[in-house]
Amino acid sequence: MSKFISFITAGDPSLEKTREFIDVLAEYSDIIEIGIPFSDPIAEGEVIEAANIRALSNGTTTDKIFDMLKMVTFDRMVILTYANPVFVYGYERFFSRARECGIYGVVIPDLPFEEREEAAVYAKKYNIHLIRLIAPTSAERIQTLAKDATGFIYLVSSMGVTGIRSEFDKGLADIVRQIKEVTDIPVCIGFGISTPEQAKKMRRISDGIIVGSAFVKIIAEHGGESSPYIKKYIKEMCENV
Amino acid sequence: MNARFGEFGGQYVPEILMNAVIELENAYSRCKDDTGFNERLSELLRCYAGRPSLLYYAENMTADLGGAKIYLKREDLNHTGSHKINNVLGQAMIAKEMGKTRLIAETGAGQHGVATATAAALFKMDCEIFMGKEDTERQALNVRRMNLLGAKVHCVTSGTQTLKDAVNETMREWTRRVSDTHYVLGSVMGPHPFPTMVRDFQSVISREARQQILEIEGKLPRAVIACVGGGSNAIGAFYHFIEDAEVELIGCEAAGLGVETPQNAATIANGTTGIFHGMKSLFCQDEYGQITPVYSISAGLDYPGIGPEHARLHQTGRAKYAAVTDSQAVDAFEYLSRTEGIIPAVESAHAVAYAMGTAGGYKKDDIIIINLSGRGDKDVASIARYKGEDLYE
Repeated sequence: MSKFISFITAGDPSLEKTREFIDVLAEYSDIIEIGIPFSDPIAEGEVIEAANIRALSNGTTTDKIFDMLKMVTFDRMVILTYANPVFVYGYERFFSRARECGIYGVVIPDLPFEEREEAAVYAKKYNIHLIRLIAPTSAERIQTLAKDATGFIYLVSSMGVTGIRSEFDKGLADIVRQIKEVTDIPVCIGFGISTPEQAKKMRRISDGIIVGSAFVKIIAEHGGESSPYIKKYIKEMCENV
Repeated sequence: MNARFGEFGGQYVPEILMNAVIELENAYSRCKDDTGFNERLSELLRCYAGRPSLLYYAENMTADLGGAKIYLKREDLNHTGSHKINNVLGQAMIAKEMGKTRLIAETGAGQHGVATATAAALFKMDCEIFMGKEDTERQALNVRRMNLLGAKVHCVTSGTQTLKDAVNETMREWTRRVSDTHYVLGSVMGPHPFPTMVRDFQSVISREARQQILEIEGKLPRAVIACVGGGSNAIGAFYHFIEDAEVELIGCEAAGLGVETPQNAATIANGTTGIFHGMKSLFCQDEYGQITPVYSISAGLDYPGIGPEHARLHQTGRAKYAAVTDSQAVDAFEYLSRTEGIIPAVESAHAVAYAMGTAGGYKKDDIIIINLSGRGDKDVASIARYKGEDLYE
């Protein structure tokens, strides 16, 4: 069964609305990724970067996000944020609070395999998956990264930052094959997937897809009134499979 | 190669870039002890960049301040007008060695962008420079200079529209196109091996200065003073004096309107440990790890972090860091121009200002070396505006 992972930025346009959007997404998503905004999100394209800035400028903080997440009942919540907000909050404090909120996994794009240990010890202690990312450039690193990975593998679809695009790396199927030689956990592809056709194509070669910028774009356009648009979009993405 | 300076440093980059930084580390390891590479680099530094740079005895300033003998290490006399060329020539050679055909770089004041565009022209490589919108306005002449050298300049409109945002955009561009592109990081910051590699290329400053002062004076200086943004000219000026325990090493960071005001870029004074731009180091940030906007009159020091080796030198106490305000730097800019006939970059003027405040406290036979990291032509118009004149380039 192919997985659908949706992503939105916490606090855009407000945390109350984020909670509402989570309820809408939950109906169709296997996993929901929530972005803790960072002032300088270097792996994000313009769309998600702008959402980060909107969220921060309305006073969204890591503590307020945890308070909101504590109320969420959906049990497959993943946090995506950058190394600095986690490090400065304190690894132990961050992962223990995440545990209290029933968080399933954490994705930190600027914490590569070589540096993960400082966070991984606390992720393990609090039983949270520290999700590993694999990129089109990973080459001989692929199996090292995939081996012993837990939760799911986040396979980056193409070069560059997040954001809607028309082309994906041609070697993805081969990367998935290499990953599958060393692990049985799901491989989900993210970065740039926005249309049902793209979704179908990516689902054929992997275990699931991650859709982010497309939702964030809807929220940028419709703000607090986004729920029906989110619902319409996710329904279309999921029913066309 | 050690990726850390104590707890600081590391390689905190997205997986997309990991093979690129590993490839760079391997290429640098091959080159750094290679005789052929070092001979070619030395030759370029000599015949193209104009090294060794002079160590000039600032007699008028010394007499006026009435304390230590003041020497200026004249990095402003290098080709392109600053110390940045030292690093850029080395990195361009390594980029060639890796088979890259395109250079990208961030720039604050424009000095690093100009140096990178220069090297790209020399090595026949494509070049794109990322510069904050605010900086393209306060350093308009350098934008023209880069264009003239054949580089494309991207005006960065995100965030604070200054150096930090230029680094963000250059990193994003690198993730888009890494196979033929080398990111020429301009300071001793970013992921390993940049802090070590850039420091090695800049250490030519202290290698020369140490030898020059021993030849001229027969003894070591009491202090070496340099301005610090990311910290490349400072680490270059300090490096070969680190083992000389009797030599004080003093970095001058930008206090803007004052370290106690929100308008400053004094990372050592106000920063805490964090992870940003590929490194663990000190950053100006809030309790949630959000990077805070910083300010300085100097585009080159207007950065919310500092290189990891400086964070370590500060932690161990081997180097001292002082904060210098806009107004002190502007006074020093004018002072050095009038007193010695040398117009310093406003960045370097921070170091001059610190020396003006402290030279009188030294004995007459003590020696101070100020690293004059760049020339001030680029700042003439913005300083005039600071003084209330309506001057545009």
